[in-house]
Amino acid sequence: MKGRMISPGKVEGKAIVSPDPIGFYGGIDAKTGIVIEKDHPLEGQCVTDKILVFPCGKGSTVGSYVIYGLKKNGVAPKAIINKETETIVATGVILAGIPCVDHIDIGKINTGDTVIVDADHATVDLV
Amino acid sequence: MYLTQEEEKILDGEKGDVLERMFRLLTRLGDIYGADKMIPIGSVQVAGVSYKSIGDPGTEFLEDMVSKGAKVKVLTYLNPAGMDLENWEKIGFPKDFAQNQLRIMNAFKSMGIVVTSTCTPYLAGNLPRFREHIAWSESSAVSFSNSVIGARTNREGGPSALAAAICGRTPNYGLHLWKNRQPTIKIKVDSKLEFSSDFGALGYFVGKQIKNKIPYFTGITDANTDQLKALGAAMAASGAVALYHVEGLTPEADLVEKKGLESINVTKKDLDETYKKLSSGKDPDVVILGCPHASLREISTLADKLKGKHLKKPIWICTSRVMKEAADRMGFTEIIEKAGGYIVADTCMVVSPIEQMGYKTTGVNSGKAANYLPGFCKQDVVFANIDKLIEGQL
Repeated sequence: MKGRMISPGKVEGKAIVSPDPIGFYGGIDAKTGIVIEKDHPLEGQCVTDKILVFPCGKGSTVGSYVIYGLKKNGVAPKAIINKETETIVATGVILAGIPCVDHIDIGKINTGDTVIVDADHATVDLV
Repeated sequence: MYLTQEEEKILDGEKGDVLERMFRLLTRLGDIYGADKMIPIGSVQVAGVSYKSIGDPGTEFLEDMVSKGAKVKVLTYLNPAGMDLENWEKIGFPKDFAQNQLRIMNAFKSMGIVVTSTCTPYLAGNLPRFREHIAWSESSAVSFSNSVIGARTNREGGPSALAAAICGRTPNYGLHLWKNRQPTIKIKVDSKLEFSSDFGALGYFVGKQIKNKIPYFTGITDANTDQLKALGAAMAASGAVALYHVEGLTPEADLVEKKGLESINVTKKDLDETYKKLSSGKDPDVVILGCPHASLREISTLADKLKGKHLKKPIWICTSRVMKEAADRMGFTEIIEKAGGYIVADTCMVVSPIEQMGYKTTGVNSGKAANYLPGFCKQDVVFANIDKLIEGQL
C-alpha cells in the first residue's frame, strides 16, 4: 500500500490495530507503553515494539510530548500507521524519530499481522 | 514545498541534530497544510509552559532539548506559567508543583527564551508590526496580534512554536496569506457594550455560533485595546476564531473584501442570555480578573474601585511581570493588597491549580475564563461585570 511519509525510517513488526483514535496524553503511559484510557479498545495492551495502527490522533497537544517520552523511555512502538496523521501525532513522531506513514487503508491490517513499514518510500506491506 | 539550499542543508543534518528535527517538523507540518515555502518570522510566543498542562513528558522533552544545545534564533516569549514565579509561596501554590514549574522555566531560559510568561506579550515588550510574520501560540494572543495589530500568525502548538523559534522560520500557509484573511461572515452588533465583560459575552456568543470563521463586525462604535482583547479571547475560546475585523477600528477592516457575506444580528437579549448561561454558580469563593492578562489601565481601575475598602473574600488580578512592576511603582499593588486582594503575575487561573487551593466557585469578568474554568479547574462560575463582582466580595 502506498501512502504519505510523515516521519522517515524502515522497520518490520507485528501490528496492533485500534479502530478508534488515540489520545496519547492520558491515553498511553509514557513509562510503560500500556494503553490506559478507560474503555479504549486497546485498554491494558502494550504498544511497545509493535507497529501501531489507528485512524488518527485526538485530544491534548501534549500528546506530542508523550510520543517523544515513549521513545526516550525505550517503550515506543516501532512505527505508526494512520489513515490521516494530524499535527499532534506528526509532531510527536518527528520529534521522536519514529517512522510514520499515513493515507493508508488501515481496514486491511489486522492485529498480529506482520507489517513492513518503509516510510522513506511511503509504503506499507503485509508479509 | 520549495526549500532554499541552506534549508536543504538543515534537513540533511549538516547543521546538527536538533535543527534537523525541528526543521523536519516544520516542513512536514507545511506539507500537511499545503505551504509553498518557509518564511522568516519576527517573533515567537511558546505555549505549553505550565506544569499543569505539559506534565512530566513535556518537562523531560524540554530538558532533553537543552542537553542537546537547542537555542532560539528570534525574540521568544512564553505563555503563562502555572504559578507566580516570585510570590508562589505567599499566594499558596503547592511546593512540589512549584519545583516542577521552576525546572520548566530553567529549561526555557537555557534555550535563550525570555522567561516573561504572559498571554499579552504585546503589552510586555514583544510587539510585532503590521504585516509582520510571527509564530505565536496562545489563542487570545494570536487573535490580538492578527486582528488588532495586523501581524500574521497561525495558531501554533507548543512544539511547533518552539521549532519556529529554533529555526527562525514558519511554513507559509493559513493566516500568513492575504487571501485567507478575508472575512467569511458579518456580525451586526445591536447592543450597547460598556464593560469588558460585555465584550466577553459578545465574543463568547459569536464564537459559539461561527466556530472558526472570520467575522467582520459592524455596530461596535468604540473599543479600547483592553476591550478588543476581551472580545478576541472569548471568541477564540468558545469557537476557534483566530482573526476578526471591526469596521473602523482594526487595521485590515478597510482592506478586506466584505461584499455578499452571510450576516448575523446580535442583540442585547443574546448578551443577557450569555451572561446567564455562563453563570453556573453563585457567591464566589474568589474573584479572578485578568484573563487575558490585565493591562496597567485595568489594574489601575481595580485599584480605584478597591481604595479604602475591605474584602471579605479575595480578588486576584492576573497580569504579566512587566505590568506588575509598573503597578508596584504606582502604588496600585499596595492599594489592592491593603483591601485584601492580590496582583498575581506570570500565571493565570486556567493554567494554575486553583482547584487544589480549595476554591469551588470563581467569579470572572472574562468570557474566555468562564468558558474554561468548569472543565480545566472544576469550578462553578459566576460571570458578571467588575462592579457586581467586587460588590459580592465586600
